[in-house]
Amino acid sequence: MGKTLSEKVWDEHVVRSAAGEPDLLFIDLHLLHEVTSPQAFDGLRLADRSVRRPDLTLATEDHNVPTIDWDKPIADPVSRTQVETLRKNCADFGVRLHPLGDVEQGIVHVVGPQLGLTQPGMTIVCGDSHTSTHGAFGAIAFGIGTSEVEHVLATQTLTQARPKTMAVTVNGSLPEGVTAKDLVLTLITHTGTGGGQGYIVEYRGQAIEELSMEGRMTVCNMSIEWGAKAGLIAPDQTTFDYIEGKPEAPKGADWDAAVAHWKTLRTDDDAVFDQEIELDASTMTPFVTWGTNPGQGAPLGASVPSPDDFDEPNDKVATEKALQYMGLEAGTPLREVKVDTVFVGSCTNGRIEDLRLAASILEGRTVADDTRLLVVPGSVRVRLQAEAEGLDRIFIASGAEWRGAGCSMCLGMNPDQLAPGERSASTSNRNFEGRQGKGGRTHLVSVPVAAATAVRGTLSSPADLQEV
Amino acid sequence: MDKFTTHTGVGVPLKRSNVDTDQIIPAVYLKRVTRTGFEDGLFAAWRGDPDFVLNDPTYAAGSVLVAGPDFGTGSSREHAVWALQNYGFKAVISSRFADIFRGNSGKAGLLAAQVDEKVVQRLWDWLDDNPGGEITVDLESRTVRAGVGEDVVEDSFDIDDYTRWRLLEGLDDIGITLGHDADITAFEASRPSWKPVTV
Repeated sequence: MGKTLSEKVWDEHVVRSAAGEPDLLFIDLHLLHEVTSPQAFDGLRLADRSVRRPDLTLATEDHNVPTIDWDKPIADPVSRTQVETLRKNCADFGVRLHPLGDVEQGIVHVVGPQLGLTQPGMTIVCGDSHTSTHGAFGAIAFGIGTSEVEHVLATQTLTQARPKTMAVTVNGSLPEGVTAKDLVLTLITHTGTGGGQGYIVEYRGQAIEELSMEGRMTVCNMSIEWGAKAGLIAPDQTTFDYIEGKPEAPKGADWDAAVAHWKTLRTDDDAVFDQEIELDASTMTPFVTWGTNPGQGAPLGASVPSPDDFDEPNDKVATEKALQYMGLEAGTPLREVKVDTVFVGSCTNGRIEDLRLAASILEGRTVADDTRLLVVPGSVRVRLQAEAEGLDRIFIASGAEWRGAGCSMCLGMNPDQLAPGERSASTSNRNFEGRQGKGGRTHLVSVPVAAATAVRGTLSSPADLQEV
Repeated sequence: MDKFTTHTGVGVPLKRSNVDTDQIIPAVYLKRVTRTGFEDGLFAAWRGDPDFVLNDPTYAAGSVLVAGPDFGTGSSREHAVWALQNYGFKAVISSRFADIFRGNSGKAGLLAAQVDEKVVQRLWDWLDDNPGGEITVDLESRTVRAGVGEDVVEDSFDIDDYTRWRLLEGLDDIGITLGHDADITAFEASRPSWKPVTV
């Protein structure tokens, strides 16, 4: 019997396998940031251990950094200490760091791919659950906790039980104006937040193949939101074209050898998945969340559901609690929901294509009164590219705030937060209670919905906008 | 890591599903660079509600959390586990845990005991009748137990063999792996030269 893509990549990284024990897996790339690493470095010091492979390790500052005044010392002393701790740890242990102010600084999951460090067939981990993003290149990539960060620093391996395999096949093509974000939000509402638990998922089918690399990253990024261990997509010409010429991509004969290997990274025709899901992209529409987990979503054209719409008692209670927290009434058309703040950014939708798309909708239009639009590029490179293309001027002319790179309002760890009761339309990945600030209410949306919502002040798609 | 064999302590009913890591501890509380002190952020958004279970003095000494399905979804922050431990919890019982949370629990020494959804409901019902009552979580026999006689709630829980063994022995994961250093070195020698490096 043949192997699935994820089984091939997994098997290529097994250092040691023994009956009754998890596999010992070699890690090709370990990404670090300031929030989940300090205790791991402390552990190394206590045990007098070193970083085994600093040459396979890269750190950046992203979660906790300000997106304004980034050239000044960080105002919050606790945040500053955490960032300075990362700088000291990287210096002490010989780890490459892209700090605030560096041209390669940015969200760790934007930085890896743009440097060309993220490549097919790799194992990639980071103390961040959205590490699944890198699966877009055909890598097994997943988030780990701080104890595991320490384990990887010390050994460049992880002990991991082999997950089951699942195929998500998305047939047909996405209609005009419907994005990778709508696709993955539709999927998560279909499966629920626990639907992928225990599985490495392979996304496949025509709609996936037709996505750009950045669209594929958006889909894989949200694998964790339906509980999957990891999500990946078989590498193809789109993947190779994206990587070629990137700073850390293989060159010359190495490139040829790499591509020859990458072309073998496909699920064999006779391989069997433990589970399969099929979706039809052609019926998908702009999709938004109404609740407090990413599985509580609906088409933008629908209305806020009622607890009575659900059969399971747990779903009824969860819906009731979500509507109460979100301040929504069942039956309200989603298009009538008034939004205070729109956030365009994050490792889900903070790349250059996202900013181009947002700018194309905002050009010649203005942000609605009483609505705030925050545009936060995923990395300094993305910011500079956007500025070279004049996108920043479009954003500023529309009334948006144009910021520096970082995680920003996705998780509200820096000063970019919602006030209690404030409602956002956000291109990020989590609508958990308080995620974007205590008492804040989040609707997850695609980039076009975010931009159109900023203009109209209520949840909207570009089709709702007047011609300019 | 301390050995975990069995624990008996006050059961705390958390009657919610999908308790995500941002609810267990919001991001603004993740700025410490130590492994301690995170109890101040535990369930921070709910602690202001006088009706929240942890604000009930009956549960002041709570150490066994009984939660709804899909506990610990979301972020990879091990701080969620530390916050529960720093507060005094030794075990969490739920019918379904998010993968990363369960992994982090096993590494940090918090017991994540997975039981059937009906068992969670029976424990909740038992705690309603016996507020402040104690629950025993026995890792050796893989059982949870509350009450005595006719009233008893007792059932088995799931935990993978490897994590169970590590918890029972209190073993350091890194120490075990470094015992396989020769395997790692041999693997490193076999890696293709075109694989990327950061320095």
